[in-house]
Amino acid sequence: MTVAQEKGLLRFLTCGSVDDGKSTLIGHLLFDCNEVSEDGFARLHAQSQAGGRAGAELDYSLLVDGLMAEREQGITIDVAYRYFSTPKRKFIVADTPGHEQYTRNMATGASNSDLAILLVDASKGLQIQTKRHSKIVSMMGIRHLVLAVNKMDLVNYRQDVFDTIAADYAAFAQKLGDCDIQAIPLSALAGDNLSAHSEAMTWYDGPTLLDHLETVDTSHDVKVSAFRLPVQWVNRPNANFRGYSGTISAGQVAVGDAVRIGPSGALSKIASILTPDGEAQNAGIGEAVTVTLADERDISRGNVIAAADDPPPASDQFAAHVIWMHQQPLLPGRQLQLRLGAQSVNAAVTELKYVINYEDNSHKAGKVLGFNETGYCNLALDHPVVFDTFENNRDMGSFILVDKLSNETVGAGMIAFGLRRADNVHWQAMDVDKQARAALKGQKPCVLWFTGLSGSGKSTIANLLEKRLLARGGHTYLLDGDNVRHGLNRDLGFTDADRVENIRRIGEVSRLMVDAGLLVMVSFISPFRSERRLARQMVEEGEFVEVFVDTPLEICEERDVKGLYKKARAGKIKNFTGIDSPYEAPENPEIHLHAADKTPEELAEEVFSVLEAKGIV
Amino acid sequence: MILREVAAQFDNPVLMYSIGKDSAVLLHLAMKAFAPAKPPFALLHVDTTWKFREMIAFRDALMAELGLDLIVHTNTAGVEAGITPFSHGSARYTDVMKTAALKEALSLHGFDVAIGGARRDEEASRAKERIFSFRSANHRWDAKNQRPELWNLLNGRINPGESVRAFPMSNWTELDVWTYIEAENIPLVPLYFAAKRPVVKRDGMLVMVDDDRMTLAEGEKVEERMVRFRTLGCYPLTGAIESEASTVSEIVDELTHSNLSERANRAIDHDEAGSMEKKKQEGYF
Repeated sequence: MTVAQEKGLLRFLTCGSVDDGKSTLIGHLLFDCNEVSEDGFARLHAQSQAGGRAGAELDYSLLVDGLMAEREQGITIDVAYRYFSTPKRKFIVADTPGHEQYTRNMATGASNSDLAILLVDASKGLQIQTKRHSKIVSMMGIRHLVLAVNKMDLVNYRQDVFDTIAADYAAFAQKLGDCDIQAIPLSALAGDNLSAHSEAMTWYDGPTLLDHLETVDTSHDVKVSAFRLPVQWVNRPNANFRGYSGTISAGQVAVGDAVRIGPSGALSKIASILTPDGEAQNAGIGEAVTVTLADERDISRGNVIAAADDPPPASDQFAAHVIWMHQQPLLPGRQLQLRLGAQSVNAAVTELKYVINYEDNSHKAGKVLGFNETGYCNLALDHPVVFDTFENNRDMGSFILVDKLSNETVGAGMIAFGLRRADNVHWQAMDVDKQARAALKGQKPCVLWFTGLSGSGKSTIANLLEKRLLARGGHTYLLDGDNVRHGLNRDLGFTDADRVENIRRIGEVSRLMVDAGLLVMVSFISPFRSERRLARQMVEEGEFVEVFVDTPLEICEERDVKGLYKKARAGKIKNFTGIDSPYEAPENPEIHLHAADKTPEELAEEVFSVLEAKGIV
Repeated sequence: MILREVAAQFDNPVLMYSIGKDSAVLLHLAMKAFAPAKPPFALLHVDTTWKFREMIAFRDALMAELGLDLIVHTNTAGVEAGITPFSHGSARYTDVMKTAALKEALSLHGFDVAIGGARRDEEASRAKERIFSFRSANHRWDAKNQRPELWNLLNGRINPGESVRAFPMSNWTELDVWTYIEAENIPLVPLYFAAKRPVVKRDGMLVMVDDDRMTLAEGEKVEERMVRFRTLGCYPLTGAIESEASTVSEIVDELTHSNLSERANRAIDHDEAGSMEKKKQEGYF
């Protein structure tokens, strides 16, 4: 929803290491394009005197450094957007930080830009940060790079310095793939080669920065593709009107066009198109429209209306590059919310194939993805999503990952390709199935997942319950968290990554046992909701019964059967649940045992009667 | 696109209608984004009781014409305490009658998202705003710890009590706004257009004498001058500029050649360096 401008819009971002002079560069460009008002200029004068970084000269960076904190630190710490225009073009600049811990903001700035200016300090040469940023912006789909070799005044405007940096960069950039690179020697402070050719560098015969920004051709960046309308909103003011609103992310559409709705695959025709300027016969990429269809179809937010003859694929697994933006590392297996267009689903990384090493652009193996790292992963979703690859369609090939508890945006991803399960893992069809096995045993197989604090009585209750079930002729198995660690999970420790793997294996074993027709009891502290959710999702609906053994911490600590609380209090055990590591109580357990004032026998009986009521035994 | 995301992702959205030109554009966009339906959210105006009289008259007429319901909220405690821009200074007054009033209204109605017309080109700290800007349960903004916003993917997930400020016009410039107003013929408060008005020169600002609550200091005198306003707020705090531009196209023309920034005549921005950022952290829009 931007204002249509005839002269065209270029969005670009600037990136580089700390103190490479990004803010100065933008400030000076704004100044040269007459975007600095008289009162702004007066303030700039006053602030430059009061403590700018440029000594007695005008400190142009003050024009763009908005936040007080960064003014004090002398570094830019967030993405700032600036707007300016020349008679030829309109520009939106994302000023992004070079400070290492804020790299996520750079990816943010890059995600909506067509071009990136990479600043290099001529006196320092090419830095790792510049390579890292190049890799990120290139991966984010930016095809136009400007290597701005800044502070040429500090190296006496020497051509050999510029040539060396430009050559070093060209060698590095070969690995970036298809992109156009323009190297420009300049001084943001003095204004050389910004909007006017530098008199100090007559050896340079390329364009000035502004020339280049005004003329660079980005029209081929959008790969023309078939019609795509992700449905954002179902517009239903009354029973007679049912419209689907969204912004066209690719192609063209006209009244009467045949369309296919993803992921259902249903077919229909466009009956009408409503644009901001009223009814229209057709509409194209970038327009916010509301369409109606010739047939009644069940369409909701997140579905995609697409050209019938070239619809996007839908899949619940794909391979993607993921940039991780949170201090807590990405653990394979952990549940996250994935948002792609208007679709949101649960997702987990199933396999981290490699982590990209920015220093030499190589790949390394990794078990987790750390803050600011980029990895190539497989993801599995709980529902199929409709997508295009990122290379073909930025809008439908990009997603963000959201932490389900803190709601923070923790990662961003770009889809490389979809994985169809059948193409990769072939299921061996079995003639004897779960139903047949269960029928023979006269029970409904399921997982009874006992969760609660250490010493809450989980194992005791599960043990009594198993005896009770056995007496009734039930076929059971009891998996104890501690016992499993002696065998199957002997190789796992207590790091976050290992805990997730521990749960995954227990969940997988339970799933197999359920498949074998058994009643599986799992006795396991399992303090984190996300992990219990993971186990729940491994079996079918109705096959997971969460039993919350709710015994207050004081009572567990008083019992202290294994003497563990005493050790934890003494600091001899770290990360002990309930002491220095949290226990996230289940929100909606199938069975909630208030265990404080009942005997284990009573509690086991309580579980038993619920199982009977549910028809499990 | 952004307005539809707001409607789809939140339970109880509200559009902050301040009667100014940005609000006018925002409301216009909302009417279009959901046509033929009406915008699926409430409208709220925080009335400080010190707005220009013409603004209030315009507001009431427009709401009647569009058939929309507007919630008008005033910090009555502030009025009873006798807080005025003349007696308490612009900083204290803004805090009580605008920021506190806004927070009060948002909490009272349980709005989980407030849509505003703020633009990143207005002021340095606004340039760093997200389109979906997260606010804690007590309405605070943590500028250093914002959710990254990539592509067009807006993350509106919040816990109960928390809220989001949504700024659909983040990437518009003042010139974009006027160009759009011209193209779409959007009605505005007449104060935006030059006319002869009674003004007093005070602290370098031209303050319009809008009612008899304004008392003149010694040496001040009311003059009739040809003026208009680039932004509208509370009349004692909003300076006029001398101008002959009495139509939208004349304003567009004037802007293209202007040398003063838009908020140069807003008193609250100049209390001290970084003043807008402080107000925003505390909950100001």
